[in-house]
Amino acid sequence: MHAEEKLTHETWPAEPEKSTLEAKNKFLGFWFFLGGETVLFASLFATYLALKDKVPDTTHTLAKDLFDLPLTFVATMLLLTSSLTSVYAMYHMKNFNAKKMNLWLILTLLLGAAFLALEVYEFSHYVHEYHHTFTSSAFGSAFYTLVGFHGAHVAFGLLWITTLIVRNYNRGLDLYNAPKFYVASLYWHFIDVVWVFIFTVVYLMGMVG
Amino acid sequence: MSTYAQKKGFGATLWDYLTTVDHKKIAILYLIAGGFFFVVGGLEAVFIRIQLAVPNNDFVSAGLFNEIITMHGTTMIFLAAMPLVFAFMNAVMPLQIGARDVAFPFVNALGFWLFFFGGVFLNLSWFFDGAPDAGWTSYASLAMASKGHGVDFYVLGLQISGLGTLIGGINFLVTIINMRAPGMTYMRMPLFTWTTFVTSALILFAFPPLTVGLVLMMFDRMFGSNFFVTTMGGNTVIWEHLFWIFGHPEVYILILPAFGIFSEIFPMFSRKRLFGYSSMVFATVLIGFLGFMVWAHHMFTTGLGPVANAIFAVATMAIGVPTGIKIFNWLFTIWGGSVKFTTPMHWALAFIPSFLAGGVTGVMLAAAAADYQYHDTYFVVAHFHYVIVGGVVFAIFAGTHLYWPKMFGTMLNETLGKITFWLFFIGFHMTFFIQHFLGLWGMPRRVFTYLPGQGFETSNLISSIGAVFMSLAVIVMLYNIIMTSVKNVKVGNDPWGDGRTLEWALPSPPPFYNFKQLPLVRGLDAYWLEKMEGKKGMTPAEPLGDIHMPNSSFLPFVIAFGLFVAAFGALFNMDDKAWSVPVIIIGLLITFGAMFLRSVKDDHGFHIHKEELMEDDNDKGVKA
Amino acid sequence: MANSQLNSGNPRVDIEYRRKKSAEEMKQQVVSFALMIFLTLIAFAAVAMKGASAWFVVPFILLLAAVQVVFQLYYFMHMKHKGHEAPSMFLYSGLLVGLITILAFTTIIWW
Repeated sequence: MHAEEKLTHETWPAEPEKSTLEAKNKFLGFWFFLGGETVLFASLFATYLALKDKVPDTTHTLAKDLFDLPLTFVATMLLLTSSLTSVYAMYHMKNFNAKKMNLWLILTLLLGAAFLALEVYEFSHYVHEYHHTFTSSAFGSAFYTLVGFHGAHVAFGLLWITTLIVRNYNRGLDLYNAPKFYVASLYWHFIDVVWVFIFTVVYLMGMVG
Repeated sequence: MSTYAQKKGFGATLWDYLTTVDHKKIAILYLIAGGFFFVVGGLEAVFIRIQLAVPNNDFVSAGLFNEIITMHGTTMIFLAAMPLVFAFMNAVMPLQIGARDVAFPFVNALGFWLFFFGGVFLNLSWFFDGAPDAGWTSYASLAMASKGHGVDFYVLGLQISGLGTLIGGINFLVTIINMRAPGMTYMRMPLFTWTTFVTSALILFAFPPLTVGLVLMMFDRMFGSNFFVTTMGGNTVIWEHLFWIFGHPEVYILILPAFGIFSEIFPMFSRKRLFGYSSMVFATVLIGFLGFMVWAHHMFTTGLGPVANAIFAVATMAIGVPTGIKIFNWLFTIWGGSVKFTTPMHWALAFIPSFLAGGVTGVMLAAAAADYQYHDTYFVVAHFHYVIVGGVVFAIFAGTHLYWPKMFGTMLNETLGKITFWLFFIGFHMTFFIQHFLGLWGMPRRVFTYLPGQGFETSNLISSIGAVFMSLAVIVMLYNIIMTSVKNVKVGNDPWGDGRTLEWALPSPPPFYNFKQLPLVRGLDAYWLEKMEGKKGMTPAEPLGDIHMPNSSFLPFVIAFGLFVAAFGALFNMDDKAWSVPVIIIGLLITFGAMFLRSVKDDHGFHIHKEELMEDDNDKGVKA
Repeated sequence: MANSQLNSGNPRVDIEYRRKKSAEEMKQQVVSFALMIFLTLIAFAAVAMKGASAWFVVPFILLLAAVQVVFQLYYFMHMKHKGHEAPSMFLYSGLLVGLITILAFTTIIWW
């Protein structure tokens, strides 16, 4: 089966993300990359936990006074929902429905962008209200690096999925681009997995003290 | 160099190598670049030994000495040993499993160029007010205080080349899992493939902590953060942990492929299958696993407390068990075999006692209480040179002689090879054996000179004379390479006559598609099995058909080059240069632009048609 | 190239069958999404209620996060499907290395 071949509903395979050797390689390689990312984020979490509330003097704001529960909750809901919408997109990909897949992906992008906008607002809020900046303390450096790395992943995901949608808008699904959509959705879920730990470890545990 | 390449002019060949995605050519690139950095790092070693040959020497200044030892360590580990090991992995592993290429040929090329530009960037530091001088471990307490841009070159250079290594590791993993020939089950894979697999897994998990450590140091030095600034709440021990969580697996990343190469050599030249194959596989995996549990043994004197020290001491000693299994298996492979003393076999036989000595001092150092005495003395220097030179460098020499015909189609001269071996072997033990005693007598490592009358003079002189022998060995080998390349006597599929694994069933060098028809693998040592049944080659597992191949691409070079440019901008950011931010942006635009181009331009590769393959046959006079 | 297409000989029947299977899976995914939202709500509520002690709340919300991530991995990322042996092995190995790192950083960085 050649990757660039035009397919119909009948010939579309059950697992388009794994139906050519290239696709299988991409699928496996991307999972391994996520394994490496797990260690990358674990190292950042470890650094954050080591440097949490480590500030030069008592005038600096600590985690328990900094975070805002409703804001974090909204951000979490946005990202969790975007995970569901990308599941819907993959559902339509498997059913060979490019139009609906694009629709759900665009919804995913909007939710992701909203999350990112909220994060930017949040950061500027901390800087202006609390003078909690990247350079003000080791705590600040660790916080912005961990959460910022996640934010950068979200931003990269937005660019990536946008590129995929634009590039493939007029040519529909084939076995060359289906695996690309699939790994992009894996990446998006992984971002969500990381966020689950960020809202728990950084925000919720930060507020507990 | 295939007959295909020889017909082309220099420019065309250069372009061919700049754009290649063929694992065999990438292997040659790794071999050349790694070999070049090996010579650079070797020269730095020679300068160290000249400086220390006599007391109160002023051959180099104290500051320059710090730069030389830092660059010697960094270059040898990241820019010489790793790429040379990668060269053999690229050249041999796909052939051993019966694949036409690696899983991601484009990524393979990208990995090489990232390593290359990272290495070049790091070495450019010599020309911009000074090389890094905080040691190859670059501990934050030293590195943060380092003046000039040396440490910045270290941070950014290693970041770029580390990225290349990481994607190379993923590539090998996927290749081994997905692209094995029919019949090549996991427990039929040659041991070099197995060690490549475990090594790649270690790379996947060990490099991210280094990435994070380097990012933190980059932020601290260039963008004003406070991870390692104690007055702002930071902590320099974080760097030590991150570095060694990477650094300890790193030494296994180097030694496991070396074990793999020797596990190929022993059965070949003992004409006897590897003793205890499955226990070798088990030991390899176990070493890989334990490699992540022991990093803090580099930090016993940091003051982690007796509980942590005890845990890490015990875990470290446990690694002696699987390593011992391997040593015994190699010995039993030779036992009763019909041994042929070729150059690779010389290296392999010398490896066992040399590496064992390094292993024994390793167990000594693992005793945390005793380590307080050994720490930061020449005893440690002797230990790690025994494992890394006695293990990895011996394997690289052995592999170079063993696989040279497979990579270039011509044999290195055996007599010169043995001269290289004896010079190096004598020089190596002369240089490093005495350093154990220097350490025990109290000579600290990383000092630029010592005073007369402390009992260090004779031993240091002996050590320096040993370095002369090693240098001569390398010169003899370079002469050997030049001579054999000029003569260029072509050899057949199995030039050693004792090949056991699939790569020896192919022409030397193999055609760019490797296997015309994928071979059917019927057991361990697949090619040996067929030979023993009187067959000339492998039984094909598929009818002759079209072969799908990837297109060459210049984009890997461009992507890596963009990061190289961006690194210059980031480096000079701390000087408040107006042009630094634009340079970062331009560099990143080059990189991301090339990535974008890669993403939107479909690359389906091309097909070699059945008819062309059959014509190839007629040209060469039919070789199976 | 191996194609794991379900095959009954009749393409129409195959499609019907597959459609039904994906629809079923989609239903499961929506249910797991609802559960994830629910777990998130509990976690936030546990923190919003100021009364509970940190010794209870911290392990509790960590457990909720772990459960939620299992849903995310096994349902959203399809890890419960066949052909995910290598991915799960490498993901869990990465997790092991990561957890050891975190353990070390929370115990032996400051003393």
